[in-house]
Amino acid sequence: MSRVLVGVKRVIDYAVKIRVKPDHSGVVTDGVKHSMNPFCEIAVEEAVKLKEKKFIKEVVAVSCGPTQVTETIRTALAMGCDRGIHVEVSGKDYEAMGPLQISKIFAALAKKEEASLVILGKQAIDDDCNQTGQMTAALLDWPQGTFASEVTIDGEKVKVVREIDGGLETIKISMPAVLTADLRLNTPRYATLPNIMKAKKKKIATMKPADLGVDMVSRVEVLRVDEPPTRLAGVKVETVDDLVAKLKANGTI
Amino acid sequence: MANPLRREVRQLYKNLLYLGREYPQGADYFRERLNSAFMKNKDVTDPKEIRKLVDCGEAVIKELGTLYYLREYRAMKKRFYEEELLGLLNVGRPTD
Repeated sequence: MSRVLVGVKRVIDYAVKIRVKPDHSGVVTDGVKHSMNPFCEIAVEEAVKLKEKKFIKEVVAVSCGPTQVTETIRTALAMGCDRGIHVEVSGKDYEAMGPLQISKIFAALAKKEEASLVILGKQAIDDDCNQTGQMTAALLDWPQGTFASEVTIDGEKVKVVREIDGGLETIKISMPAVLTADLRLNTPRYATLPNIMKAKKKKIATMKPADLGVDMVSRVEVLRVDEPPTRLAGVKVETVDDLVAKLKANGTI
Repeated sequence: MANPLRREVRQLYKNLLYLGREYPQGADYFRERLNSAFMKNKDVTDPKEIRKLVDCGEAVIKELGTLYYLREYRAMKKRFYEEELLGLLNVGRPTD
């Protein structure tokens, strides 16, 4: 038994109010609070739990981006990962970075590190792609257990209970495999100060996508970013007759 | 203040301060309350008393962790699982 790769993404904190840049080219990120993507937290927690149950020996936290993503890797280390890998991507490459480039990086790392499992969050709260896990599995030709709400390792196989429309689906897949974490998979532990201090001793290796033979060229161009339309205020009526009259006038009935 | 406990109390304060940065009502609000709570007990000398207070502080740390988790969980649930919530309320379902 072996090694698990966990992907963690640095995103704008979920509680922050997003503002679109005046030129509509993107959202404002300068000076805005960032933290680990909530679904990535769940992925890290699951990997650490598997290690605590002795199903795996080592958890490696991986993040792609500029220097700041090392903070996110440190949080993962504080949650219990053994070491980190920072894949350096910055500038235009970072702005254009998407699931395709990330999954290529993860596929290359999974092979290099001889991982038995790659665990990712099901999606990032900033781009809502929900593609990286699936693409990574496809590039590796590995089975995938996505939207996992329960993971059990049974020898060389993994039993995954998946959250799907209308209920739950249970599948059994062979390892090595890619899993993506859904909201109810577990309760991520909070990285307290003593754990952060202990994590400072853990190593974070740095590398570039080119070292893994990955080209970062994007096939997608963001044309424009707009705020969602403001919700119109509701209208209050006094009686049921008023309500019916309004709905008729509106053409709803 | 008894010497071995001095270190523990100081560590407790640092841990709480660190956690307080994410407090919903603001880090400053939290720090004020934290400081006054510690100052209120600054003259306690009985090690057993101090131990009890430290344990109280540890419990607060656990509670904060849970608070932060619940906030995040509820926000994610609201944002990504709207169909589920609507299903529970039987809203937006076609009536046959």
